[in-house]
Amino acid sequence: MGTATRPDAPSAPAATAPRAVEVRGLRKAYGERVALAGVSLDVLPGEIVGIIGRNGSGKTTLVECILGLRRADDGRVRVLGLDPQADRGRLRALVGCQLQESALPDRLRAGEALELFASLAAEPADPRALLAEWGLTGHRRTPFAALSGGQRQRLLVALALVTRPRVVFLDEMTTGLDPSARRTAWGLIDDIRRRGTTVVLVTHFMDEAERLCDRLVVLREGRVVGRGSPGELIARHAGQTRVTFTAAADVGFLRAVPGVRAVERTGGRVIVRGEGPLCALVGAALVARGLAPTDLRPVLPGLEDVFLALTGEEGA
Amino acid sequence: MGAARRLAWVEVKLLWREPLTVVFTLLFPLITLLVLAEVFGNAREVDPVTGEVFYRGVGPVDYYVPAYVALAVAAVGLISLPVHLAAYRERGVLRRLRASGVPAAMLMAAEVAVALLVALAGAVVIALAGAVVYGTGAPARPLAALAGFLLVTLTFAAVGLLLGAVLPTARAAQAAGLPLFLVMMMVCGAGPPPEALTGPLAALARGLPLTYAVRVVQDPWLGLPTGWGALAASAAFLVGCAALGLRLFRWE
Ligand SMILES: Nc1ncnc2c1ncn2[C@@H]1O[C@H](COP(=O)(O)OP(=O)(O)OP(=O)(O)O)[C@@H](O)[C@H]1O
Ligand SMILES: [Mg+2]
Repeated sequence: MGTATRPDAPSAPAATAPRAVEVRGLRKAYGERVALAGVSLDVLPGEIVGIIGRNGSGKTTLVECILGLRRADDGRVRVLGLDPQADRGRLRALVGCQLQESALPDRLRAGEALELFASLAAEPADPRALLAEWGLTGHRRTPFAALSGGQRQRLLVALALVTRPRVVFLDEMTTGLDPSARRTAWGLIDDIRRRGTTVVLVTHFMDEAERLCDRLVVLREGRVVGRGSPGELIARHAGQTRVTFTAAADVGFLRAVPGVRAVERTGGRVIVRGEGPLCALVGAALVARGLAPTDLRPVLPGLEDVFLALTGEEGA
Repeated sequence: MGAARRLAWVEVKLLWREPLTVVFTLLFPLITLLVLAEVFGNAREVDPVTGEVFYRGVGPVDYYVPAYVALAVAAVGLISLPVHLAAYRERGVLRRLRASGVPAAMLMAAEVAVALLVALAGAVVIALAGAVVYGTGAPARPLAALAGFLLVTLTFAAVGLLLGAVLPTARAAQAAGLPLFLVMMMVCGAGPPPEALTGPLAALARGLPLTYAVRVVQDPWLGLPTGWGALAASAAFLVGCAALGLRLFRWE
């Protein structure tokens, strides 16, 4: 399974397109603590939009305000053109969600849970098929309390999908999943996208955001500090490419290589920063001087660099 | 199966899988009934000096059997139902249901259905215990007794929904429900006979729903004249608590 960035989607939807989710100037404070300080967001039908940001930056608050589970202090929310507070009944069949914090009764069995939630929809998905997709076939009769953490998480995601919603909100869907289950989950999200479902995904996994999301919104202290496709964000915010290798000799000559901005050394380790096809050019220059380090490798800027650049250092 | 019926069915199954709380709730009225019956026997009591009649003019065991049917109903409404709802709130189950668009009324209806079932089990156990151990008779007006039982069960389900609507945690629900239950039991005619209660206690009793529930079940059960006042009071508690409970209901 590749991890390539999606073919670049526009960084902002066209002004006239109908929106699956429309958020304008959303504000929410818990007493003195401001959780959302004026957030706007558009999600087009069929898109997967990711929300990333540090712990406490307001992601869950944003999602739950959009769902109408928390009442915002100010701002406007529309989901499929409906007001989630006023049109709860009509949205019920159209929206699915997996919340960061929720639970099922201890003795409720996985299969019963899916059948119960399926009964809320006019045309639900087949509970057995969902159990199979999410790797829970063997646990159809297992009580919720006896499922492992990752199995519970998968069941809760399956519950979000059982009504065949048009818009799905997933708040840290893959937290607690093993690497293989995460990949399976990504594939299943690809599947529901292909069926035209719109997805809003909160995640702390940058590989997941890069792999799944058409566009990303970066939150910091309740404000949007970055938005765009993963590719755009990386190009805009991730900074320079780096090349590292080990060498004892003086490599000051590398400063003359086109694109190189800085050459730093910590012990035997050399870090070259710059732009362009840095690795190839640095490699060629080294070979020309008779040096051939075996550990020469590029450190490509990624979403993680974007995240760190936009959301600040810990404690900031 | 529709969502409302499925939710109720799931709640019944969950109850069946965790019967301990229910058994405990129903065991208490049953044990108390057996103890009181042993102590007082079933001879009619008349004060030799004043000629005052106790136990509404019937034998103590005859009196206590329908009273304890009402007490079992009260236990369901004051303890099991609110504790169950509050535990769902505390654990985030209500959050999950709400996020899926389950209307509050659908949840309440499921809880009422479960309460009816548990109360019915309690009534049967108590009536059987009376009949088997002390030979008490069947209700004098069975259909009216059943109707009265249904009314008081709905009343206490509404009381339970109100408590469960506002109390945030299972512990809080227990801390509120248990004392309420014990006080009602002592002053509402399920402990000392109503004739033995003095002024302030009698006044307190008039403000508590169990007083009327005991009458509503006893009147047809014992073949006494229908107490319309008690019926009206029970209905008033039902409507008031249900309305307030739906208004004050909190998902989190
Ligand atoms: N129910 C609440 N009561 C009071 N404060 C809250 C409540 N929920 C969230 N907060 C505060 O609001 C801020 C945003 O919280 P939120 O849960 O939205 O963050 P998040 O981005 O989802 O974090 P995480 O990555 O840890 O899930 C935090 O400072 C948090 O302490
Ligand atoms: Mg969160």
